[in-house]
Amino acid sequence: MKAMVAVKRVIDYNVKIRVRSDGSGVETAGVKMSMNPFDEIALEEAVRLKEAGTVSEVIAVSMGASACQETLRTALAVGADRAILVETDADLQPLAVSRMLSVLAKREEVSLLFLGKQAIDDDANQTGQMAAGFLGWPQGTFLSSLKVDGTHLVVEREVDGGLESLRLAIPAVLTADLRLNEPRYASLPNIMKAKKKPLETVTPADLGVDPAPRLKVLSLAEPPARAGGIRVPDVATLVAKLHSEAKVI
Amino acid sequence: MAQLVLADHDGVTLRPATLNTVTAALALGPEVHILVAGSGVGSVAREAAAINGVSKVLTCDDERYRHLLPEALAPLIASVAGRYTHVLAPATTFGKNVMPRAAALLDVAPISEISAVVDASTFVRPVYAGNALATVQSADALKLITVRGTAFDAAGTGAGSASLESVPAADATEGASWLSEQMTQSARPELTAAKIIVSGGRGVGSRENFALIEALADALNAAVGASRAAVDAGFVPNDYQVGQTGKIVAPSLYIACGISGAIQHLAGMKDSGVIVAINKDEEAPIFQVADYGLVADLNKAIPELIDALKR
Ligand SMILES: Cc1cc2nc3c(=O)[nH]c(=O)nc-3n(C[C@H](O)[C@H](O)[C@H](O)COP(=O)(O)OP(=O)(O)OC[C@H]3O[C@@H](n4cnc5c(N)ncnc54)[C@H](O)[C@@H]3O)c2cc1C
Ligand SMILES: Nc1ncnc2c1ncn2[C@@H]1O[C@H](COP(=O)(O)O)[C@@H](O)[C@H]1O
Repeated sequence: MKAMVAVKRVIDYNVKIRVRSDGSGVETAGVKMSMNPFDEIALEEAVRLKEAGTVSEVIAVSMGASACQETLRTALAVGADRAILVETDADLQPLAVSRMLSVLAKREEVSLLFLGKQAIDDDANQTGQMAAGFLGWPQGTFLSSLKVDGTHLVVEREVDGGLESLRLAIPAVLTADLRLNEPRYASLPNIMKAKKKPLETVTPADLGVDPAPRLKVLSLAEPPARAGGIRVPDVATLVAKLHSEAKVI
Repeated sequence: MAQLVLADHDGVTLRPATLNTVTAALALGPEVHILVAGSGVGSVAREAAAINGVSKVLTCDDERYRHLLPEALAPLIASVAGRYTHVLAPATTFGKNVMPRAAALLDVAPISEISAVVDASTFVRPVYAGNALATVQSADALKLITVRGTAFDAAGTGAGSASLESVPAADATEGASWLSEQMTQSARPELTAAKIIVSGGRGVGSRENFALIEALADALNAAVGASRAAVDAGFVPNDYQVGQTGKIVAPSLYIACGISGAIQHLAGMKDSGVIVAINKDEEAPIFQVADYGLVADLNKAIPELIDALKR
């Protein structure tokens, strides 16, 4: 069976973002971009299934500007067999991304569609669930463990109260949480080899999807900053302050 | 038209974030209904009917909803959504799992984790781990929304007297079945509803040493939280994690012990009332958001703190 992995190009998680002063977006000039950390984990899981002989091919997909090719080359270096770029300059939102992913998953006849649980830029946590809805497939979200059991999957999910286990029929949509695995780094020889792996470019129109956003971002603002605090020299002062100044204990 | 709130519950009682979601729904209009789906959920429906401001409880009591799996629940939400302008759920792992799936069935762009209502189609939501606040406007006739609990007060209960209406079950998508769960048992307050939280990070050092954090929490009748590093190291279960990908909390007092203050952790706690940081590194970024910073070894400071509190 084939696996598809959605990888998003985002501002690196170590960058402290800055909102443009006119509120039109965040500063991206000269800012380091990387693969969304959750997608690295999703990709690692798919590649491990291929190494285990469970999956025959891993297809990486990214959607957005042509620079997403870079993210796809990283995915190929980590172990994806081929890549698809859905190229557009539209402001892509989860509804359009999930619809296009579901079209591609059908076209490529994949059995497992992997995503990250959330993109660290929009923090939407929607795309996997919506793709599952469009495809009519079961969904295993926020996964911390995945096992293939013949025609089914046994997954463990991170939920508010602890962990939940489910059995899912294949085909299924899966979204990775942080503890699913520890993603590898691409080795230099594999980075070189990745340059020769196939990368196909398509447009939203090729997939029959209108990528226009349904949510209009009116403005972006910095959250109110916290007023600076003080250092206390010892525990006794801390307790006194919490008691009589902050009045929280 | 009215707004519908999807109840998050464990089969016996409502999860508290449902009450904060009702407050967000009431900000959109006066008529708020609640959907209680599940199996044998009479007690939950009665509890929902008593929430102040709720005028109707829709119940769908059917075995297929026992574990609230999205494959079953999303079609039910889609089947009743036509009667409403907005459908809202708490931004718990339950709400986040099911609402986007329902949105796909309805061809609506869902709006995740709102922190404020501007008007009936305009909302504020944090992005980039809370380092920016986006004001977004929906072009859809029907809005599907998840609500950040800490951003809205909990609705009162006891004065409501909603009517009950049972709605028919919808066809579920096949292919998913529930196997088991491992829920963390704790007598301490629930993280997202606690007034005081004591959190430990990698600096706590070991699972055994986490007993220090728990002892401080007990001295304050507080909930216990943790950083991702503490969870990954196996000091505590995953549901203790506070942050961008864990729980969002806003207690009146948050005490961070041995936590450096990575932006992903701050994302989950920087709206707390008062923040205390105990860290032996005076350069730790956590001190930039702390109201009271104590540069100290937590192994020495926490026992002293517990002693002082007992006095
Ligand atoms: C996509 C993504 C999502 C993430 N989501 C989250 C999230 O939701 N929540 C989260 O917490 N993290 C999250 N992280 C991880 C985050 O980036 C940090 O790695 C993590 O928060 C660090 O945890 P820490 O502060 O406990 O550990 P460290 O950064 O290692 O800090 C330990 C601190 O303990 C102090 N210390 C050590 N010994 C003592 C002592 N004896 N007494 C006092 N102080 C001591 C040290 O000075 C240090 O400041 C995420 C990361 C990524 C990439
Ligand atoms: N533009 C994109 N290209 C590729 N994958 C995406 C894109 N947007 C979202 N995804 C996938 O959907 C997941 C969840 O994103 P979101 O719903 O935006 O939080 C991400 O972790 C990716 O796997």
